[in-house]
Amino acid sequence: MESKTDNFQKYYVPEKSAIPIIFAVSVFFAGFGAANAITGNGSTMLLFGLIAVIITMSFWFSVVMKESKAGLDTPQLNNSYVFGMGWFIFSEVMFFFAFFGALFYIRQFSVPWLGGEGEKGLAGEILWPEFEATWPPMVTPEQSIMGDQAVTKGPDNSMYLNGIAGIIKWLPLWNTIVLLSSSGTVHFAHIALKENNRKRFNFWLGITVSLAFIFVILQAAEYYEAYAHLGLTLNSGVYGTTFFMLTGFHGMHVLIGGIFLLTQLFRSTGFKHFTEKEHFGFEAASWYWHFVDVVWVCLFLFVYII
Amino acid sequence: MSAVIENHDHEHHGPQKGILRWLFTTNHKDIGTLYLWFSFIMFLTGGAMAMGIRAELFEPGLQLMDPIRYNQLVTMHGLIMIFGAVMPAFVGLANWLIPMQIGAPDMALPRMNNLSFWLLPSAFIILLSTAFMEGGLPGFGWTFYAPLSTNYPNIAYFVFAIHVMGISSIMGSINVIVTIMNMRAPGMTLMQMPLFVWSWLITAYLLIAVMPVLAGAVTMLLMDAYFGTSFFDAAGGGDPVLFQHVFWFFGHPEVYIMILPAFGITSHIISTFSRKPLFGQSSMVYAMVSIAVLSFVVWAHHMFTVGMPLAAELFFMWATMIIAIPTGVKVFNWVATIFKGSITYETPMLFAIAFVVLFTIGGLSGLMLAITPADFQYHDTYFVVAHFHYVLVPGAIFSIMAAVYYWLPKWTGNMYDEKMGKLHFWLSFVGVNVTFFPQHFVGLAGMPRRYADYALQFAEWNAVSSVGAFLFGLSQLLFLYIVIKTVFAGKKATAQVWDGAEGLEWTVDSPAPYHTFETPPKVNG
Repeated sequence: MESKTDNFQKYYVPEKSAIPIIFAVSVFFAGFGAANAITGNGSTMLLFGLIAVIITMSFWFSVVMKESKAGLDTPQLNNSYVFGMGWFIFSEVMFFFAFFGALFYIRQFSVPWLGGEGEKGLAGEILWPEFEATWPPMVTPEQSIMGDQAVTKGPDNSMYLNGIAGIIKWLPLWNTIVLLSSSGTVHFAHIALKENNRKRFNFWLGITVSLAFIFVILQAAEYYEAYAHLGLTLNSGVYGTTFFMLTGFHGMHVLIGGIFLLTQLFRSTGFKHFTEKEHFGFEAASWYWHFVDVVWVCLFLFVYII
Repeated sequence: MSAVIENHDHEHHGPQKGILRWLFTTNHKDIGTLYLWFSFIMFLTGGAMAMGIRAELFEPGLQLMDPIRYNQLVTMHGLIMIFGAVMPAFVGLANWLIPMQIGAPDMALPRMNNLSFWLLPSAFIILLSTAFMEGGLPGFGWTFYAPLSTNYPNIAYFVFAIHVMGISSIMGSINVIVTIMNMRAPGMTLMQMPLFVWSWLITAYLLIAVMPVLAGAVTMLLMDAYFGTSFFDAAGGGDPVLFQHVFWFFGHPEVYIMILPAFGITSHIISTFSRKPLFGQSSMVYAMVSIAVLSFVVWAHHMFTVGMPLAAELFFMWATMIIAIPTGVKVFNWVATIFKGSITYETPMLFAIAFVVLFTIGGLSGLMLAITPADFQYHDTYFVVAHFHYVLVPGAIFSIMAAVYYWLPKWTGNMYDEKMGKLHFWLSFVGVNVTFFPQHFVGLAGMPRRYADYALQFAEWNAVSSVGAFLFGLSQLLFLYIVIKTVFAGKKATAQVWDGAEGLEWTVDSPAPYHTFETPPKVNG
């Protein structure tokens, strides 16, 4: 039955390994610890779990890199990594899809119905006759009848552009410029790598990583502005909720993507990894980066402009 | 580290001795076994809970537990059976069978495969740990509707348990898809793939698409419960109904995740024991693809009574009813395969035929529920309980049992005891129908689900149902005995095992060697 085909390369199946189960136990501590921390039972376990996750992950990746250097990854194995990364990004897309879906539902249905509009508006009209459906809602339904006594109060200001004069100081625009250009620079880095020009590759990748961290800093500044001056917090009704959850998860992904790219930069400058043909680690990071960029474009459109 | 590389050029050895084999393994057969045993333990645990529920419902009034305990039992029964029993059993079967059926040396990403498994016990420890905390186990139903769940103590543990299960499922599914797309023996085209492999390709796609949405749903829940956001709070501009939309956008594809692999298994078994090639192989594939696509646009049929606009009610009604067409194609193909076959009734075939008949009953009650105006009567009654247990117990679980009997000789090298197998089948078959058929009646008569007590007029059928449940539950101990006995002893199985069986897994020895197809087999197109 088993017949050797010509020029067949054996698929590398790793021997037994302790890394996965250690990783699973670390994830257990991180998950259990996170629940502990949130319910007020101390955050030691969370901290321990997160550190264990990071160490195990780094070790696992270093093993894979060594295997790759030892020539174990055939084109077929590389293909597995390519497919795997692609489907992982698809799962991330679906995660954001859930939150964008929630935003569309709230804007299209729940807020108008609460304001008494449309087929299902009757309950809203009876319960909160004073509430007016606008986006963003600056007054929550509760606030519309309870006034200052309400638990959930709307924000004082929104993140939308307040008159064209303020556009120069409007952070979301700068964030868009930063992130869109970083997608370009990471592409320049890729071209340089394909031409085997390591110096140019390191230069453009360095620029990309800097832009990533500039974005994170700008985002932090924006959050500070929202909390300190705009009265816009996580508790500012459904506008604050969707604003912070969407931009927050995106920001987290930018941070992860930035660290991902930074790792590739270290691999290139410190260890001379990557050749013009073999550079999957960098390619995966750049796909992830383009994905994060596309999410931002949607955010900019649906959270800041429309 | 260097050991890993050096070992590679040596010949592969058999499995390591002792417990470390199971902890550190990267072998798809070992991991498949781990998944299957984990699932079996969870099946017995969830089953014990079901018997607790049926014991309480044996007669009206509160006998054994207070309603809070009852709610916790119902919730944990659902969560354990779905995420602990049915899904891991199918993943276990995928691990054992997909590489052998497509002629691959292992799963594409073996270490990640091990991680996917070991995350499951981690998740269930997080979930079950709340039993020892103030506030106790979750008692809000497996659907954890807001705002009931957001006001529940300890929900954070539930949320992170779901997150870990989700990570496990997503990694497992990525592994399945990558294996199928990248590791098929040269010459095996997509349309030549065995149907079990096809069914899992589609299932894995569904899982990767909807598990992140579940992660989103529990995250919103967590934020609402602990950080003062307003996703599901109308006072802040949100909507509790939004939770149901997000949840069922995950939940309905999830239902098909638990039945598509069963379609694949049934197709193999019916074809083998009818000694005929499957009728309409390609139409089976198209039917599964259509079911998967449609599963994304039917979710709100779970919430017809929640107060949606009329247009939505109509859309979801029609979309749901369209699913009957591809499902009907599948049932037709199975029947056409049996037609004029030279049939023998070994245990796997008995389970497979019972699957076709009883799953069809569950499908037809599903059609009744799909009719919006009628659903206003049936919603949240025992009719719904009867419906989904008919598709999950004699549906998903019968197919898993059929698969175990069918492939156990290949896994262990021993034949199971046919007489005992048949006894197990008939006890299960009678038990399932006695348990769930009467629930249609009490449901149509108006008995609501998820209550520890009920009105007197439902007493007789509930007593019957409880007797059936205990019969079904205790019969599974027989199943456990048969499986353990087959692992250790029994008539030696041949490589072919079943004379009508086709596929690459029947070309290797029984028991299947630790490593199979290290060089790919030749597949003729």
